[in-house]
Amino acid sequence: MATNVRTRDGGSATSRPASRRSHGEGPFRFLATGAGVVLLAIMAAIAVFLVSEAIPALQANKSSFLTELTWEPNSSREFGIAALAFGTVVSSLLALAIATPVAVGVALFISHYAPRRLAAPLGYLVDLLAAVPSVVYGLWGVTFLVPLLRGPSQWLNANLGWFPLFSGEGIVGGKTMLAGSVVLAIMILPIIAAISREVFLQAPKMNEEAALALGATRWEMIRIAVLPFGRPGVISAAMLGLGRAMGETIAVALIFPATFDITFQILTPHANSIAANIANAFGEANDIGRGALIASGLVLFIITLLVNMAARMIINRRKEYGRTGA
Amino acid sequence: MSKQIQVSSLDAYYGSHKAIEDVSMTIEPRSVTAFIGPSGCGKSTFLRTLNRMHEVIPGARVEGKVLLDGEDLYATTIEPVSVRRMIGMVFQRPNPFPTMSIYENVAAGLRLNRGRIPKSEMDGIVEDSLKGANLWNEVKDRLNKPGAGLSGGQQQRLCIARAIAVRPEVLLMDEPCSALDPISTLAIEDLMAKLKDQYTIVIVTHNMQQAARVSDRTAFFNLAEQGKPGKVVEMDETSRMFTNPTEKATEDYITGRFG
Amino acid sequence: MTTIQHISTSRRIKDRVVQGLVYLAFALAVVPLVSVLWLVISNGLARFDMEFLTHSMNGIGARDANGGAYHAIIGTLEQVLLASLISVPIGLLTAIYLVEYGNGGRLSRSISFFVDVMTGVPSVVAGLFVFAFWILFLGFQFSGWAGALALAILMMPTVVRSAEEMLRLVPTDLREASYALGVPKWRTIVKVVLPTAFTGIVTGVMLAVARVAGETAPLLMTVFFTNSINNDPFNGPQMGLPLFVFDQAARPNDTAVDRAWTGALTLILIVMLLNLVARLIAWWRSPARGR
Repeated sequence: MATNVRTRDGGSATSRPASRRSHGEGPFRFLATGAGVVLLAIMAAIAVFLVSEAIPALQANKSSFLTELTWEPNSSREFGIAALAFGTVVSSLLALAIATPVAVGVALFISHYAPRRLAAPLGYLVDLLAAVPSVVYGLWGVTFLVPLLRGPSQWLNANLGWFPLFSGEGIVGGKTMLAGSVVLAIMILPIIAAISREVFLQAPKMNEEAALALGATRWEMIRIAVLPFGRPGVISAAMLGLGRAMGETIAVALIFPATFDITFQILTPHANSIAANIANAFGEANDIGRGALIASGLVLFIITLLVNMAARMIINRRKEYGRTGA
Repeated sequence: MSKQIQVSSLDAYYGSHKAIEDVSMTIEPRSVTAFIGPSGCGKSTFLRTLNRMHEVIPGARVEGKVLLDGEDLYATTIEPVSVRRMIGMVFQRPNPFPTMSIYENVAAGLRLNRGRIPKSEMDGIVEDSLKGANLWNEVKDRLNKPGAGLSGGQQQRLCIARAIAVRPEVLLMDEPCSALDPISTLAIEDLMAKLKDQYTIVIVTHNMQQAARVSDRTAFFNLAEQGKPGKVVEMDETSRMFTNPTEKATEDYITGRFG
Repeated sequence: MTTIQHISTSRRIKDRVVQGLVYLAFALAVVPLVSVLWLVISNGLARFDMEFLTHSMNGIGARDANGGAYHAIIGTLEQVLLASLISVPIGLLTAIYLVEYGNGGRLSRSISFFVDVMTGVPSVVAGLFVFAFWILFLGFQFSGWAGALALAILMMPTVVRSAEEMLRLVPTDLREASYALGVPKWRTIVKVVLPTAFTGIVTGVMLAVARVAGETAPLLMTVFFTNSINNDPFNGPQMGLPLFVFDQAARPNDTAVDRAWTGALTLILIVMLLNLVARLIAWWRSPARGR
């Protein structure tokens, strides 16, 4: 342990105390750096092994992976990501559309409306939403929310059926994309609200006072001095939420009816997603089937990676802007 | 424009802490009134009670009366928002809205108070306000650039332009030069001399030379001891205050014996 | 004569409407929480008995009302413990690297960036990766350990971030005082910095544990599934409490759904307990305490 002299000398520039008994420094520094590198290696390994284990199944595919709708890797060896990727993106965007306005409202409530004494405990209450496990939301969704949404879904379909999202004949309501998206929205709400709350709280007090001193109402003050400042933070929070929604598995696996078609009819029982399909199909999959699921997981990994990296870049840029502005 | 303010037995609190006690004074229109005194004596707090900005701080409240030409600002029928529309404020540190251009900063208050205003009329008001703040010549070619790109002194004059654009009755200034260099300070002081033809101006300052230079009347704030509420020790014509103060404490402060 | 004009009705209404919407948004966020907790408690209490906590599902028929989640509880505890044993050292050392040795260089910046990105890796992808690597590529069987590997990947970024935050809170003065005594940097970190940040790090770890304890998806393809008790996390398929809930919820019988609710109640109790303990530790250490 005490023999790694080379790294110690290499690191002596940054390790200020040059002590004669610092023979643990090299190994310790090596361990700490190594741990960080392990983390990078894991990220790389995820990509490498998903690709390598997906290749045999992709080669056995008798259809086009990117355009095929059906998922029959076990028997006829025809499978494609099209319907699943569509369901993933649409259900997540729908969840985002539901969650973002509510989350921004919640964030404003905690940062600018709630009595100061209550703000922290109430914020904690919203954070608790994130502590409920996904499978519990799934259970709640199938047993409570799905029946609850049946009536409103049928009403929307009957009265506003001309609107493409609400259209559809036959069975209306039940295990629909809307039900899944509402559950997803509840699950991503805490993260969007938490990040938005932080950026709203960071809005410069002196600008808020300037707005009030001009005779702004509370809402006008927020519109002038808080929202413009917080916008990049809210955008990246929403994107992080989008990434979460796309990768969310068990709740939608219980709710989505596992159909393989592309339709915008969110009130009919047609819905699926990459993650839900992995959870539902893994148990009964053979070798090709599992390879196919790994391939779909790779697609999910890439999509969420892109969304998350974009979100992080927006946040990091804002941090720098904030630092130079301060 | 320009109105008189009458304050009678005003107390201001932060939660249970009493910051100022029993302040009564009359602030005359078309003049500059300066508040001086050591740090923590409540002069800024008092200034903020004059346009109901004090109560923005959670737990802060006020007891007593502030009359603007005879009308009580703290009457139950009066909203703080409309008070602030009448009584503008300039802060210690320049605080233009960072996401807005110079033009938008000046227009911000008007947009709130009067809704949609024709472009030509708005252009006129923005120009007048910037001229009124002695800033027009410096920024007329870059009105659409962000206000944050200006120097500190220019930003402070931008904030004054923003405040006078809504045509307030009174202009409150909370140590407006404390973050500025001497040249910018001089520009603001010149501006005050010009603005007092139209506005009632109240300024809080740490700088006694400044008070002597710009103000017509001066009020000296002090507290009996640390933790006790601040009070007005003496208020008089500035010239008399600085040459022949009635109170010993005022003299000690002005001659630099404490504070 | 009135000097002070009132603000226009439209501005007043707009302000009130927005205020109403903001309050409504908060109510909308709390309603599902209350609804979920209420249903979990009211439905879960029916089967929350000794048999549930001490028996497995071994030999329980499709329509039988008895059976329990003992095997799943044991599995979850073992998997989460193993996941912590893997992720805490790596996460803590990474945080030490970022705070004490990174100096904002390229390596530390890319590690920092990918730690953030790693928080966004879907849990099902972490499970698939462990399946592809540990089970397909290296040829091991499904086991509690494989599940722990997947959970560890999900825990790591949370551990790194919270530990990093706590280490940065340790005042530089403290480090320099130690250097001045001639103590080498690594011993300063181990003997001075880490003990100072200790409770904060524990809080972060417990929150990370609470987060992964409820994960179901990565268990599906690593721990797989069993109805009987398997105390050995290194050998053969295990069960996990979230997996138990998922399995029972997907079965068509009411008796199974009852078990699912009780499983959900047990899971929430465990997760909330971890959360509560973590917050209590954080509160106990907070400088603002007693304010």
